Amino acid sequence: MAHINLPAEIPGIGAAFTFRPETAKPMRELAHILLFEAGANSGLSSRDRELIASYVSSRNRCYFCQTSHGAAAAHHSGGSTELVAAVCEDPETARISPKLKSLLAIAAHVQGDAKTVTTEMVERARAEEATDLELHDTVLIAAAFCMYNRYVDGLATWQPRNEDMYQSMGRHLAENGYVQAVLTSR
Amino acid sequence: MPHISLPNLPGIRGPMAFRPETSKPLNELVEVLLRHPNSLSRGERELIATYVSSQNNCHYCQSIHGAIAAAHLDGNEALVQCVKDDFRSAEITPKLKALLGIAGKVQQDGKKVTEADVQAAREQGATDLEIHDTVLIAAAFCMYNRYVDGLATVQPKDPDLYRQRGKMVAREGYVAANLTNVAPPSQVAELVGS
Repeated sequence: MAHINLPAEIPGIGAAFTFRPETAKPMRELAHILLFEAGANSGLSSRDRELIASYVSSRNRCYFCQTSHGAAAAHHSGGSTELVAAVCEDPETARISPKLKSLLAIAAHVQGDAKTVTTEMVERARAEEATDLELHDTVLIAAAFCMYNRYVDGLATWQPRNEDMYQSMGRHLAENGYVQAVLTSR
Repeated sequence: MPHISLPNLPGIRGPMAFRPETSKPLNELVEVLLRHPNSLSRGERELIATYVSSQNNCHYCQSIHGAIAAAHLDGNEALVQCVKDDFRSAEITPKLKALLGIAGKVQQDGKKVTEADVQAAREQGATDLEIHDTVLIAAAFCMYNRYVDGLATVQPKDPDLYRQRGKMVAREGYVAANLTNVAPPSQVAELVGS
């Protein structure tokens, strides 16, 4: 049971968003820009961005976030459930670009202690042609999921073990982004 | 030196100026959490932000939010320091101590918050909204701190810089203060050229 009186039928972060719409608005907008509508010169695809989000969430062991964003990554072009699992298992051996591997390595350090991101890690990413904007967005996606994950877990939200629900949520997120409410109920 | 080419502004202000699209929701979130009307005072909410930033060892965030907290608390910098060092012995309400206990758990891992932690806060009169906001302030500063440190932003040591800016932000708020997060004129040509 959640630590506070959240709407009972809404899973994960959606319940907290419904409880407090004033904070939900900027939190949805941030996710929308970082994961769905990053802008013309943003470089990284939404699939890659969702992979960073699910990888960080899996390192934070947040079931709701890693599963829903994993499903979103799988529904984007070039994504699959197997690829998401491989990235969360070990990005270095997953079938992704060398650039994305180098960015995931940075994301892992941001998730742990951000001060441990080194110049060498950044240079590795640059050697794979990562831009400043891609590096910026990688750091902010990783940082933002350290927020979303703690929010979801810190309130002890309802995180059902229901694969179909996450698949449908992931499809919705991959098609519509985050500004529009996703209120999947059981 | 920052890991990427940022406008020459301290701390989070560099990346805020670098990426205005994300700075908008980032500023709106902190405005709602730390400034909008709430049963927790602005000073108390800034103390939560400062405490979490100090637990994350983020120099810029703990200094600026400590300065903003002090500005809301009649300039009481000693109280801010005491909350960072050992909030249990600080001269704050038992309710705020219970909420800082929850914030400290969220900073480590949201799953560490127990029913007993929440019950202790309720016994001191904490409402659901106050518990919610405490969890989200703590979670949000785990983001802001990582953003600031993960890009290796410039984090000045001079306490007076934070004191001055802290007074301004306490007066004007985050959304208004963000208008000053623009590249200094000398850099504009360079940025446009790149």
